[in-house]
Amino acid sequence: MDLKEKLLSSFMVFEDRVDTNTYVHDVRNDAIKTFEEKGFPSKKDEAWKYTSLNKVLKEDYSVFPKQENALEYSEVKKYFIHDIDTYKIVFIDGKYSSHLSQTTHEGMDVCLMSAAFSKPKYRLVIENYFNKAANNDSLASLNTAFSSEGAYIYIPKNKLVEKPIQIIHFSTGNESALMLQPRNLVVVGENSHVQIIERHQSLTSNPVLTNSLTEIFASKRAIVDYYKIQNDNLKASLIDNTYIKQKQESIVSIHTFSFGGNLTRNNLNFYQEGERIDSTLKGVTIIGDKQHVDHNTLVHHIEPNCESHQDYKGIFADNSTGVFNGKVIVEKEAQKTNAFQANNNILVNDKATINTKPQLEIFADDVKCSHGCTIGQLDESALFYLRSRGIPEKEAKALLMFAFSNNVLSSVKIPELKQRITKIIANKLGVNIGFDL
Amino acid sequence: MLKIDNLHASVEDKSILQGINLEVKSGEIHAIMGPNGSGKSTLASVIAGKEEYEVTKGSITFNGEDIEELDAEERAHKGVFLSFQYPVEIPGVSVTNFIKTAINESRKAQGLEEMPAKDMLKLIREKADLLEIDRKFLSRSLNEGFSGGEKKRNEIFQMAMLDPKLAILDETDSGLDIDALRIVANGVNKLKNKDNAVIVITHYQRLLDYIVPDYVHVLHNGKIVKSGTKELALELEEKGYDWIKQEIGA
Repeated sequence: MDLKEKLLSSFMVFEDRVDTNTYVHDVRNDAIKTFEEKGFPSKKDEAWKYTSLNKVLKEDYSVFPKQENALEYSEVKKYFIHDIDTYKIVFIDGKYSSHLSQTTHEGMDVCLMSAAFSKPKYRLVIENYFNKAANNDSLASLNTAFSSEGAYIYIPKNKLVEKPIQIIHFSTGNESALMLQPRNLVVVGENSHVQIIERHQSLTSNPVLTNSLTEIFASKRAIVDYYKIQNDNLKASLIDNTYIKQKQESIVSIHTFSFGGNLTRNNLNFYQEGERIDSTLKGVTIIGDKQHVDHNTLVHHIEPNCESHQDYKGIFADNSTGVFNGKVIVEKEAQKTNAFQANNNILVNDKATINTKPQLEIFADDVKCSHGCTIGQLDESALFYLRSRGIPEKEAKALLMFAFSNNVLSSVKIPELKQRITKIIANKLGVNIGFDL
Repeated sequence: MLKIDNLHASVEDKSILQGINLEVKSGEIHAIMGPNGSGKSTLASVIAGKEEYEVTKGSITFNGEDIEELDAEERAHKGVFLSFQYPVEIPGVSVTNFIKTAINESRKAQGLEEMPAKDMLKLIREKADLLEIDRKFLSRSLNEGFSGGEKKRNEIFQMAMLDPKLAILDETDSGLDIDALRIVANGVNKLKNKDNAVIVITHYQRLLDYIVPDYVHVLHNGKIVKSGTKELALELEEKGYDWIKQEIGA
């Protein structure tokens, strides 16, 4: 039985035993039909031309983990940003770990989707927001059909959330192969500000496939900073679907740090539904081995006077492959749009590959849109300059690669996170550089 | 200190240096002059160890050691410094972080501990003052958006920090206004002592009014065709390079 059949037959069992919200039931039932029709994407789909799921889908995944597992904080501390106080929503093999989590209901809700789905007091929010940003792509539909657990974050208006929120998914390898489908919902009220860090971490070499979906709603003048740390082991694959709806004057930034995993696909979609909106999409990808990272972005400019800034850097070594597919749509009404997109890549050797494709569809006439992509090796003259000052070749290369990715790090607003990312990059490049950039 | 013997070098099979002989002793300042395309910058790059230049014949010894097979960084660790004609812009690395890395890598190569942060800061301040460099300048990205004068001052600042035995100044005067020229030359003169040496590569005599050479060599078609004292530079300024070309029958 292939994975699609397994999922379809599991659905009935799944749907019978979860919560009773009829709206959610209807959405899930529609979604499974969509997935049944569409199936998994293949290379024939334009958006999946350079990323093949074939190999990843061949594993015999458990769709529901059979037993609950516990982890001690000391075992997994290193995966947290642990030097600052944070809220934590932690899952082990798809199940909530109250032991590792620190949630709140004081003046806001930082808790679980399962609770939000089942308790009447959340019904209105669920009916107003759940699946209202996500589209009906096959993988999004699959996630929607099985959505039962994940992070639920509701910030009312005029609230500055001082502590960042960490969402972490661990997989323990208790199943020989595991498929996870976390579903997150983030609703941020007017004038409110929240910072969120999301991480998926496999703790063994048993295969894991995560098909995650996050919906983010930013109300008027809300500020949302969202950081994704993708530094998983070589047997873990991640499909990360993120949908953001922004209202007027809201500012949302998504930083994606892709340093690991087997296959990583990011579907990042911004919809600007108001004026003077600012959207930022940044990413640093540093991979080697046979790793694959695909960034598929969409910014939909619907109203006038909005901005979007995309800046993706990639460093590819060994036989790794990268894809950047950045689509910007500027609707006819969206005059005075400023849309910038840059994708710069370094291929460390001649076996690494990057496919980069900017797509601009502009229907307004008074806009500023730019895009640029570069693919290159390290600048030889810069390398000689550094070496002539006594910096050895390896360190000089690392320094240049650091410098290359620095623009993306400069906008990380949590200093401890920035430091951590800097360290991960240093480790990735195999050198110890004695300062933070 | 530096002994270059019958040096031939080429880039992409094009022969550029065709038998250079040059000896530089501790405490000396040598000027190398010559028309465009005579091989001045190539000579500087070959001494500093740029890989795209291939030494096809001859030798370069530095303090008695053949350095031809050494990497650029190894030559730097032995005390060779090249001030670039066109310093490379490196966005994302500040001047301070760059020089800290350079100094500590050199110390590491010599088996020394990293320089304590306090000492480093003191040294940076002292050398920045010598070259009249604003502190704010030090936190900017290396050479990015610097004016010509700022770039060259930054080169000499790095020289001051690294304290090389042999400094090669490649067209350090180009792109400098007279005030910047004076600051740069003053810096070089203050760094000069009996144990180090300087090679000044220049097209014009102007810089040599400030950094006074012991010897002047004229490079033409990849060879030193004439050597003399500082008066030779004045003569060249007056008569132009055609005079040399005629004299050697080129």
